[in-house]
Amino acid sequence: MARISHKEVEHVAKLARLDLTEPEKTLFGGQLSQILTFVEQLQEVGTEGIPLTASVADQESFLREDLPREGLTQDQALANAPEESEGFFVVPKIIEK
Amino acid sequence: MALFKLTLKELQDKFTSGEITAGEIARAYLLRISQVEPKIKSYISLTSREDLLVNAQAIDDGLKAWRKTEPLMGMPLGIKDNICTKGMRTTCGSRMLEHFVPPYDATVMTKFKAQKPLILGKTNLDEFAMGSSTEHSAFGPSRNPWNQQHIPGGSSGGSAAAVAADECVAAVGSDTGGSIRQPAACCGVVGLKPTYGRVSRFGLVAFASSLDQIGPITKTVTDAAIMLNALVGHDPLDSTSAKRDFPDFTKSAKKKDIKKLVVGVPQEYFAEGLDPEVAEKIQDAIQVLEGIGGKIQEVTLPSTERAIATYYLIATAEASSNLARYDGVKYGFRAKESKELAEMYHSTRSQGFGPEVKRRIMLGTYALSAGYYEAYYAKAQAVRTMIQRDFDAVFQEVDFLVSPVMPTPAFRLGERLEDPLQMYLSDIYTIPASLAGLPAISIPCGFSSKGLPIGLQLTGRPFEENIVLRAAYAYEQATNWRSKRPVIRS
Repeated sequence: MARISHKEVEHVAKLARLDLTEPEKTLFGGQLSQILTFVEQLQEVGTEGIPLTASVADQESFLREDLPREGLTQDQALANAPEESEGFFVVPKIIEK
Repeated sequence: MALFKLTLKELQDKFTSGEITAGEIARAYLLRISQVEPKIKSYISLTSREDLLVNAQAIDDGLKAWRKTEPLMGMPLGIKDNICTKGMRTTCGSRMLEHFVPPYDATVMTKFKAQKPLILGKTNLDEFAMGSSTEHSAFGPSRNPWNQQHIPGGSSGGSAAAVAADECVAAVGSDTGGSIRQPAACCGVVGLKPTYGRVSRFGLVAFASSLDQIGPITKTVTDAAIMLNALVGHDPLDSTSAKRDFPDFTKSAKKKDIKKLVVGVPQEYFAEGLDPEVAEKIQDAIQVLEGIGGKIQEVTLPSTERAIATYYLIATAEASSNLARYDGVKYGFRAKESKELAEMYHSTRSQGFGPEVKRRIMLGTYALSAGYYEAYYAKAQAVRTMIQRDFDAVFQEVDFLVSPVMPTPAFRLGERLEDPLQMYLSDIYTIPASLAGLPAISIPCGFSSKGLPIGLQLTGRPFEENIVLRAAYAYEQATNWRSKRPVIRS
């Protein structure tokens, strides 16, 4: 059975920018181990030479025409901001003085 | 007959002929919602009484000047709460977006609004559409109108419950691995997932972008066709939106037979794990399809057994990437009292997301992480190709496929909440069409001995919604399961 260790749970949580509590780490560790054991069945499938499918769209992705169009106003863009000031999004400090 | 009992087509006819006004429709639905909503909990947000009546009045006043109606004019609709509605909060069933008011409309909303419907409210869903029961909604589960102890299905459970409980005449859902079809089956209504690319995803909050697709949940097949007409079309704002012509889908739902159509019965969909009662109803349905002229042919889709594993790697990988945007900076929830930026990201995401979303982000992050990418994510993409090739091969021989929607009728609330893998396994019959991007419809085909609805799935070739609708309509006309309606007990 696939075992995802406590340490791996912590590593993945860090990559995903999640802080997990100790009970969450234990719970997710067990559940993810169970799910990974299930998905490991794919290793039995021979896929040599089979192309990968990233999209089932039946056409190439396209770009829209690069024409000016109405966008959001500054007020609209900031309306949902958790914190804003003088037209900027405010975040906690990134660098020390 | 009470207005709220009518189908979309019936309501449309009465409105177009001038027999009823938009104001009467609005008042009838406001009353119905006030009676039923406390029990069913289909909606996260409702349009205020005042706003709805103003909208209705504007339609009734404008009608004289416009001198023509649009198909959805005055029609009371429910919208899944992961579709952006300008000026109306869009929560995705998450604390993360509890107070998010989109500054723009999804393309499907722009299309709807051009026809002047009555938008009644935003319907409940599992958080970020991740789930099969609405139990993962941060605002609590919706109830199955047929039995309030049972799930309405998910993730578009609020939309399906609202249609079944007559809290809207039709609704919109989104389907990533079965999230339109499965709740439609649980609630005894019609749910259509269109071909990937058929309906614009612009403004649909992204879960798994290579799978997500918007579609209708309705009372009848004809209603699904009316709604599909309003949803489809190329959109320059969605780079996967198909540049294709589309027919008038209501013309597909007219014939009462399916003569000359070959019906494929995939053997893998009737294997171990299928509830005997469901199996029996599906077999009965296959006989009905034969009786109305379909030529029945057994087919095989050998990669079916790999579909769930494939889906839960691809969908979670895409989700882990899509949901990286929720960082507390530009919109949505932000955790209080963070001293520096990284801490703010971590606290925001830990407090804002619920357990199922965290679980899937973790799984997807793991599958994409260094050392595991080839073994998990790339492998799943290769198997996805095999699943698609299975369908390509059988569609050389048959015109559409018939199968169950889910292995059992709606399970009880709480029954699978502690066991995520068990919950995932219930998606076995809906996931393959999602991975291959195919159009598929769920229509009622009977009831369990406990009185819970059972759904029949018809799956077609890409962009052949017309065939799926034709077969679904002919089946519906030959059976009339809709005559039985849920009684909502207090």
